[in-house]
Order: sequence, then C-alpha cells, then structure tokens
Amino acid sequence: MTSTRCAACKHLRRRCPPDCIFSPYFPSDNPQRFAYVHRIYGASNIAKILQDLPVHIRGEAADSLYYEAHCRMKDPIHGCVGIITLLHQQIYNAQTQLSKIQAEIAVLSAKAQTESHYQHQVEHVPNVDENF
Amino acid sequence: MKSQVPRSRSSCAACKALKRRCTANCLFAPYFRKDEPKKFAKVHKVFGASNISKILNEVSDEQREDTVNSLVYEAEVRLRDPIYGCIGAIASLEKKMVELEHDLMLARARLAFCVNQRTSFLNEHENMAPWIHDTPDSGMVEAFNQDLFSFNQFSHLPLL
Repeated sequence: MTSTRCAACKHLRRRCPPDCIFSPYFPSDNPQRFAYVHRIYGASNIAKILQDLPVHIRGEAADSLYYEAHCRMKDPIHGCVGIITLLHQQIYNAQTQLSKIQAEIAVLSAKAQTESHYQHQVEHVPNVDENF
Repeated sequence: MKSQVPRSRSSCAACKALKRRCTANCLFAPYFRKDEPKKFAKVHKVFGASNISKILNEVSDEQREDTVNSLVYEAEVRLRDPIYGCIGAIASLEKKMVELEHDLMLARARLAFCVNQRTSFLNEHENMAPWIHDTPDSGMVEAFNQDLFSFNQFSHLPLL
C-alpha cells in the first residue's frame, strides 16, 4: 500500500490521519509549500490558525500564509512588509503627481476663461468711426 | 545560606513570557524590552519564539531591529486579519494604485487637451495684449512628459 501522506505529515514524519488539518492545503506534490510555512510559522501555529477558521476559508488562509512565508524566505529582514512600504511610496508619488497635474489644469482653465472674457470684450467694443 | 551573587538584571519580555532566565547575551532582549510584553506576545503567537530566533540569527546585528519591526507588523496584521494577513493589505494597496494610474491617465489626457487648446488660442490671437503671451507654460509640458512610476515589478506576484 503506497503512502498517501500530505506534504506536512511527510515533512513531520508522522502518520497522516483522515482528518489531518493540513492535508487539504498542503498536498504531497508541493513539498516546498509546507516547508516554507513550517520554517516561518511552525506547524503548530499553522494548525492553530487554521483550526480557528471556518473550513470554507482555510484554503485562502493557507495561501496567504504561504505567500507571506515565501516573501520572508526571500527577504528575511522585511518579508512582505517591504512590498507594503514600497506600495505606500508609489501611491504617495502618484498622488503627488496627480495633484500637480490637476493644479496645472486649473491654471490653464482659469487662463482660458480670462482670455475668453477679454476676447469677448474686444470683439464687442463698438467701432469709433461708426458714430460719425 | 543564601547565595551572595547579586540578582541578575531583570528579564526581557521574551524571557519573562517563556519563563526562563534572561542571559546577558539574550538574543531577544535588545528588541523586546520588559515594558513591552504585548510586542513579544504578538510575534510569539504568530511565529513562535524558536522561529523568531532562527530568523534573527540569519541576519546581521545591524539588521535585527528592522527585522523585528517587520515581524511585529506582520504579526499584528495577521492577528487582526487571520485569513489574509498582510496579503489583504497588499491587495488593497495594489487596487488603490490601479485606480490612481487610471486617474493619472485621464488627468494627463485632460492636460494635453488644455495645452493644445491654449496653443491654438495663442496662435490665432497673436495680436492680443502682450501679457497673454508672457505667462510661462513650461511646467505643464514637463508634467505631461513625466513617466508614471511603474508598479509592474509586482505583476509576477499572484494576487489572492
């Protein structure tokens, strides 16, 4: 009989019970997925986090834990917080640029309005010669 | 007879929580002061003391404070949102960035229209009062030509 242990139980070298908390989210064909989350969070913490959640949402939690663990493995200092910091900076830069462009549009619009008013006045001044 | 050895310095928040003696070269002591018990409690709950210790041992001394700060932040966000953690925050920021890029595109198009309109107006009314032509327009051209800060470097990261 071949083993059908999930990646977690294989990694932890234990029997994989039918109600294993990890097996739906850490299949045996992706050993890296469990290795990463175990390295950063530990199997026991992962189990606690998953157990506290309704079953239908555990898959998404496992995905986000893997993503964060992956970021932390790549960048042990900042993890995914580095991405958040960078995004905040990008948003700030984009907002600054947008404000600058909007200010220049406002200036141009104000000028256009002033010039249009001036033009209207010039076109409607009666010709002095017509009075004679 | 009681020992004459003076009592050691008080435990850091980590050693207090782990109920162990806080040594002089305790890895956690510089970053988890005894007056901040909640800070250690959060990272311990999410990551576990042993994993924090491994992560801190992987980085240099100078980088450890930044590492602890990012771990604390991640732990806080995960405790607030056990399903998505920081990934929820990243998704929300990326969405905001897409909206801003769209707004910038519209604003640039509007600015280009205004600049073209003004250029046409100035060409048609060359004999208008001199003050009309004297106002500098250089800032508008610069803004129009400036490239948007790209966030495409995250496009390889899968969104949940």
